[in-house]
Amino acid sequence: MIDIGWAQFTPWTALGGGALIGIAASVLLLFNGRIAGISGILGGILTAERTDIPWRAAFIGGLLLAPAIWMLVAELPPIEINAGYPVIVIAGLLVGIGTRYGSGCTSGHGVCGLSRFSLRSLVATLTFMTAGFCTVYVVRHLIGGF
Amino acid sequence: MAFAFMSLLAGLVFGAGLLISGMANPEKVLGFLDIAGLWDPSLALVMAGAIAVGVIAFRIAGTRSQTFLGKQFRLPAKKDIDKRLVIGSVLFGAGWGLAGFCPGPALVAMGAGEHKAVIFVIAMLFGMALFEGLEKVRAKR
Repeated sequence: MIDIGWAQFTPWTALGGGALIGIAASVLLLFNGRIAGISGILGGILTAERTDIPWRAAFIGGLLLAPAIWMLVAELPPIEINAGYPVIVIAGLLVGIGTRYGSGCTSGHGVCGLSRFSLRSLVATLTFMTAGFCTVYVVRHLIGGF
Repeated sequence: MAFAFMSLLAGLVFGAGLLISGMANPEKVLGFLDIAGLWDPSLALVMAGAIAVGVIAFRIAGTRSQTFLGKQFRLPAKKDIDKRLVIGSVLFGAGWGLAGFCPGPALVAMGAGEHKAVIFVIAMLFGMALFEGLEKVRAKR
């Protein structure tokens, strides 16, 4: 049985924030003709032709600058990172290599791929979600956290 | 110029969406991935909200031969479900479950000045570079 943490559940900000993410992906698609897949946009900088770099860097720059602009208007929401440095490094490596082998992450496969009814993206999304569920289960309930 | 500007705008709005939805917070993401604990379904609604808008955008894109800026649409053509897709996604999911970060939220948290997010992004770039290196070796064979 699944116990829902009603106190943690934030349906309205989740839907609203999600809609904003959808709008961002729509802007990139309808104006620039590109998929808002963050791992692909970032990873592509490493190999892209010179003319292809500015739009990629601009998108990544937008993500990096978002908190600063947010802070002009409101206080930043909490960002709690409880994993220790060794785990952070291993996780980063896995996310880097995994998203490139799998050609996408939560944004490219999970948001854009599912929005265009791609079976490939559905398989990828179900796979990384299952892997995420299993990993957290092992870490939190079998080993009892780091 | 307009091309890079629209990219910047998309990145900013994407980042704001991650902040509002709480997805820039790894602890909240892990609350979704922890189905055996007190489960926080928020992430599913974030995806639902994003996909609801995305479906419309891809519909509009499907009716046009070029973008509003007169550019070509560059959409993925791959259809095959292969080992690379599945194994890559397993590795990504494992990393995601370990730290609670996927690429977008890690970049936003880095922008917020979180040291651990900076380390995560450096490790992630290293992993991406490693992939490119392995691909070069593979291409030579």
